Amino acid sequence: MSRLSHLQALEAESIHIIREVASEFQRPVMLYSIGKDSSVMVRLAQKAFYPGPIPFPLLHVDTTYKFKEMIEFRDKFAAELGVKLIVHSNTSALQAGANPFRLGTERCCGLLKTQSLLDALRAGSYDAAFGGARRDEEKSRAKERIFSFRDSLGQWDPKNQRPELWNIFNGRVEPGESIRVFPLSNWTEMDVWQYIHVENIPIVPLYFAKDRQVLVRGNSLIVPEQDFVKPQLGDKLETVRCRMRSLGCSPCTGAVRSDADTLPKIIAELVAVRNSERENRVIDHDREGSMELKKREGYF
Amino acid sequence: MCAASVEQPSQQSFDIEQFLAAEESKGLLRLTTAGSVDDGKSTLIGRLLHDAKGAYEDQLKSAVRAGQIDFSLLTDGLRAEREQGITIDVAYRYFATIKRKFILADTPGHEQYTRNMATGASTAELAIILLDAHRGLTTQSRRHAFIATMLGIPNFVMAVNKMDLVGYDQEVFNRIRAEFEPFLERIGTKNYYFLPLSALKGDNVVDRGSHMPWFDGPCLLEYLETVDAADNMIQAPFRMPVQRVVRPDHNFRGYAGQIASGTIRPGDEVQALPSGRRSKVKRVVTFDGDLEMAHAPMSVTLTLADEIDISRGDMISSGIPPHSARIFDATMVWFDAHPLDPAHDYLVKHTSHTIPARVDGVRHLINVATLESEPATSLAMNEIGVVRIATAKPLFFDPYQGNRVTGSFILIDRKTNHTAGAGMILAEAEGSLEDAADRLVRLVRAAVPEGSRLNLPSDDAQAMEVVRGLLKGVLR
Repeated sequence: MSRLSHLQALEAESIHIIREVASEFQRPVMLYSIGKDSSVMVRLAQKAFYPGPIPFPLLHVDTTYKFKEMIEFRDKFAAELGVKLIVHSNTSALQAGANPFRLGTERCCGLLKTQSLLDALRAGSYDAAFGGARRDEEKSRAKERIFSFRDSLGQWDPKNQRPELWNIFNGRVEPGESIRVFPLSNWTEMDVWQYIHVENIPIVPLYFAKDRQVLVRGNSLIVPEQDFVKPQLGDKLETVRCRMRSLGCSPCTGAVRSDADTLPKIIAELVAVRNSERENRVIDHDREGSMELKKREGYF
Repeated sequence: MCAASVEQPSQQSFDIEQFLAAEESKGLLRLTTAGSVDDGKSTLIGRLLHDAKGAYEDQLKSAVRAGQIDFSLLTDGLRAEREQGITIDVAYRYFATIKRKFILADTPGHEQYTRNMATGASTAELAIILLDAHRGLTTQSRRHAFIATMLGIPNFVMAVNKMDLVGYDQEVFNRIRAEFEPFLERIGTKNYYFLPLSALKGDNVVDRGSHMPWFDGPCLLEYLETVDAADNMIQAPFRMPVQRVVRPDHNFRGYAGQIASGTIRPGDEVQALPSGRRSKVKRVVTFDGDLEMAHAPMSVTLTLADEIDISRGDMISSGIPPHSARIFDATMVWFDAHPLDPAHDYLVKHTSHTIPARVDGVRHLINVATLESEPATSLAMNEIGVVRIATAKPLFFDPYQGNRVTGSFILIDRKTNHTAGAGMILAEAEGSLEDAADRLVRLVRAAVPEGSRLNLPSDDAQAMEVVRGLLKGVLR
């Protein structure tokens, strides 16, 4: 009799977490960002309740600046799965003209992601929200619990987290308070890609390399999808073979040069390339510890 | 170079299909580290991550100070820690070699953060205890070994760090080992391996280095890759706490849970607790198809041959039944700023059920420095003691030292919802009539098929014979 492989062990742990939440909370919801981690998380939810349906809705916080391919994928994915999908946008901020160029990435994320998410969670009175974040992504995430408590303002207090032992989770909250749940906490980027490969999980085509028209700005490759993304002095519009390592908003997520147009090639690239995947996200680098600040305020 | 194998395929010879096939069979080892302030723990972990390619280039860039990588900056995550230069919470790190994947719970060693150490140790299969060759053994070293042993970690590396500061002197290493071993034997630490190293210079971490030719054991990474981490929970009796009843339509009723211990196959006879009802497993259902066999720690859904009433919080078991008690003794680590209060209302969360509980007295406090029992009426934050717990309904458990899943629980403060403490069950409280009655009822239920009667012959010897026969059926 053998031990489980690392993917089997991670899968069993994640399914346990998802089932605990569905059983202990009144109104759970699963944050769905359309990215590869979300795709894995949804597959794990399917497995957790099989042969029954996923007993909670998916929620997409749409900044409206996502790549077009992401939205197409989202709608097709939800329809095929037969799961309820809620889409929420901060319409008042958007009507006031919020975009990363006018406001800077920090304020733009604050309004269109953090505020929008908190509004959506409040509107649905959700007492638990699943997120696909992993602890290997960023230093402040390495310390976050699997069941992460949020006060009635949706804020995280990193110095006052509930101890979390064995596989016993304390999900007790008062009305207005909630728990963010991270079933993929112990997965690495490599685990996620391997699982997608082994399980044949559909993902957004942007992850695969192909020739794309991009603005070349120093080391950054920007896909000019939004009207307000204007070429700056020194930018060159070029056709470059590239792909996305992580998916965010099109103005703030750069592509990386790559030939990886299949899953095995992406995994091979990952073994060779030793830059962590969030490097191409502008927001993490705003200032030292910026992710921790965003998380304290309620960002996922 | 040690035999440790770092994942660094060269571009020319890299065969992705071969790599993926190897990856799929790769196992997972969960480990934890403990050391005092300045034992060089962050440096050791930084070096492991760096040399085993667990840290990425851009994270390395942000850890460069004065042209050199400060390994400790790789692991200190939170702003408060960077400001104070200390580690104040459990952080999880991930790295891999060709042979294994590792999840490392990096826990701070200060006295006031015993709770974090217990947290990191609770899921670990191996602990690295950092000792300082220059300073020698400290009270903290003993405390760390004790807590890790108490939490049931089966493997230890006693890493004697900073050998560079003592001129790589074999005598220093031998002295520390000779001083520590009797203590480890006394507290029952299993499978410990003493290893001299220098995290700063890299000796015996990933590479052997040239400074300690007198030591020929495996270096750290090689040891982590090869230590026998066979999961003996697979051999233990079958236990599965029911998390959820899956009932999509009238034709299907399944019980979903993560197997805590043992194995299960279709046709196996099982008992549901607390009802005591017996049935046979019909199917072991998963999204990927029915299984011929499942074992700990897989998450599955079982269907049974008979319609019996089972709900969340119940346990499905086979073989020797678990203990059942409403009053039991447990070793507790106290987490909350509010000290343990026998007059206070708590909740016990044990496996998948949560039940009202109170603390029926503190038996004694354990002084972690001396390991002496001391009289106490309460436990303050970071204190460890043996307490008696009384719950509103019986708990089905195995003693913690035999089963970390069914033997563990947390205590939740009903007023604040804080996780106030963590408990490891020792045994049911003896002499309690309630518990004797409870056990008797359960045993009779299990042994006597429903609808039939138990008629004991008046002759004692014959009665014993009948009972023995019934028990054989239960315990087979």
